[in-house]
Amino acid sequence: MKGPILTATDIRVSFRKENQRRLFGRERQQVLRGISLALEEGECLGIIGESGSGKSTLGRVLCGLLKPEAGTVRINGLDIYGRHNHRENAQLHHSLSVVFQDYTSSANPRFRVRHIIGESLRVLERIVGSKLDRERRTAEVLEQVGLPSSFAARYPHELSGGQLQRVCIARALAIRPRIILLDEAISSLDASTQVQIMDLLLELRRSLGLSYLFITHDLTSITYLCDRVAFMNNGEIVERVDDIRHIAEIRHPYARLLLESVMGIGVEYGSGDNAQAQWAAAAAC
Amino acid sequence: MLQQLFKNPVALLCMGIVLLTALLGIFAPLVAPNDPYANDILNKFAGPSWQFPLGTDQLGRCVFSRMLYGIRPTLFLSLLTMLGTIGLGVVMGITAGYFRGTVDEIIMRVVDVMLSFPSQIIILAVVALLGVDIRNVVIASIFIKWAWYARMIRTATIKYTNMNFVLFSRSIGSGNFYILTRHMLPCIAAELAVLASLDTGWAILNISTLSFLGLGVQAPTPEWGAMLNEAKNVMVSNPEQMIVPGIAVVVLVGAFNMLGDCLRDALDPKAVRQ
Repeated sequence: MKGPILTATDIRVSFRKENQRRLFGRERQQVLRGISLALEEGECLGIIGESGSGKSTLGRVLCGLLKPEAGTVRINGLDIYGRHNHRENAQLHHSLSVVFQDYTSSANPRFRVRHIIGESLRVLERIVGSKLDRERRTAEVLEQVGLPSSFAARYPHELSGGQLQRVCIARALAIRPRIILLDEAISSLDASTQVQIMDLLLELRRSLGLSYLFITHDLTSITYLCDRVAFMNNGEIVERVDDIRHIAEIRHPYARLLLESVMGIGVEYGSGDNAQAQWAAAAAC
Repeated sequence: MLQQLFKNPVALLCMGIVLLTALLGIFAPLVAPNDPYANDILNKFAGPSWQFPLGTDQLGRCVFSRMLYGIRPTLFLSLLTMLGTIGLGVVMGITAGYFRGTVDEIIMRVVDVMLSFPSQIIILAVVALLGVDIRNVVIASIFIKWAWYARMIRTATIKYTNMNFVLFSRSIGSGNFYILTRHMLPCIAAELAVLASLDTGWAILNISTLSFLGLGVQAPTPEWGAMLNEAKNVMVSNPEQMIVPGIAVVVLVGAFNMLGDCLRDALDPKAVRQ
């Protein structure tokens, strides 16, 4: 086994407060307080926390949109906020792709599906350095996410939420990434569509050997999809579970609170062996 | 959006007026019955006739022909002004809104300075500095108006910068130029169209005003504002001389303003659902 494909060490982020006590004040709100995590090739790491715990900020840091004040993010050993030559840069952008929560704003309303995916293909063309058959490639990725190729001519408002989220996944797949960051990617969908999308993600992971970083506030989907879980609270990782089957063994009070609020009363230590199966069944119905 | 616009009778009427005016201006040499510069001092202030459809002015020139030739400076110079204003405003606004930080601060402080002067005064000052010429009027109008556009466009850009599709583009490494031209520009173009059509009316009035004051188009070139200026000398004895160019300005400016209103209604997402 090689080393982890993505590592983050001691990430710290703070924002300047909007309501300063003094004129020209320099007070800052600490959002992430030293987050470290590692993602192995082919695994799915869940990051769970309530709103305001900093998980979406962490997502932005990991996909290269927000430079942290301290700490490094490395993909294949390359620091994504460091200086690189053209080739390393291409490789970095090539490795990680992202799917956002709010599908209504994640696609340009003036683009057809063909152009939405075409943007990723354009980036891929620049990395590979040769022309691709865009038409065929678009049909391919649409097929991978279970949509007919005739959808390529549609506009985002002509698709349902689940279909649009599939298009977003297709767009993320089109640059042939090795990691996909799913930032609440299924939270805004209804229950049955959630299961469909999660099944799709599981299948894609098997067939393409992808790694997922799955950010969510929903424990059910974590147990359905992930191998490992990190609980986030107030900008810190408070508990890690390295085997999802032992999720009921967690000790940190915050993580237990979160777990109990989802699973209801009667979660005892060690009773989590069949939790995955239970929740799979619960989610399916 | 366009369908919505074409269903609106007011919008159709306004577009018709603007289009007709533009066509008449372009084909003025073919349409005009007389030479706009040919004077016949014995035939001054003649009433409407078959040869002079709208009569003649104080030098016996055909008013109708002068109106047609006057469309060129009035309409096309104002469109040129708008083009320059929007071009400069879009570049500055998008740069400030997308890159933020120091660039944003510098551009916006310049904009603050520009906006703190009354626009007519600045135009008069610029024309006084550069000399009386229609080119200087256009330059002065662009100079004073771009700041206002830059501010509006910056706001729109900031709104779209945090949309997920822009974030995605950035995360997979599409270049800034691609994001700005393919994502940002089409998104703000709709809002821009409204502003621009409302402001074209302003530009027409502005050029006519300055020509009226004798700072813009110079005699004997026909221009609506300049024609008003010449007619005001005989306002008491021959008031009908002012009516024709006056009404023409009102109708054209009104058409642009109404068109702006209709565009805004057509672009309002709530109105679409009704």
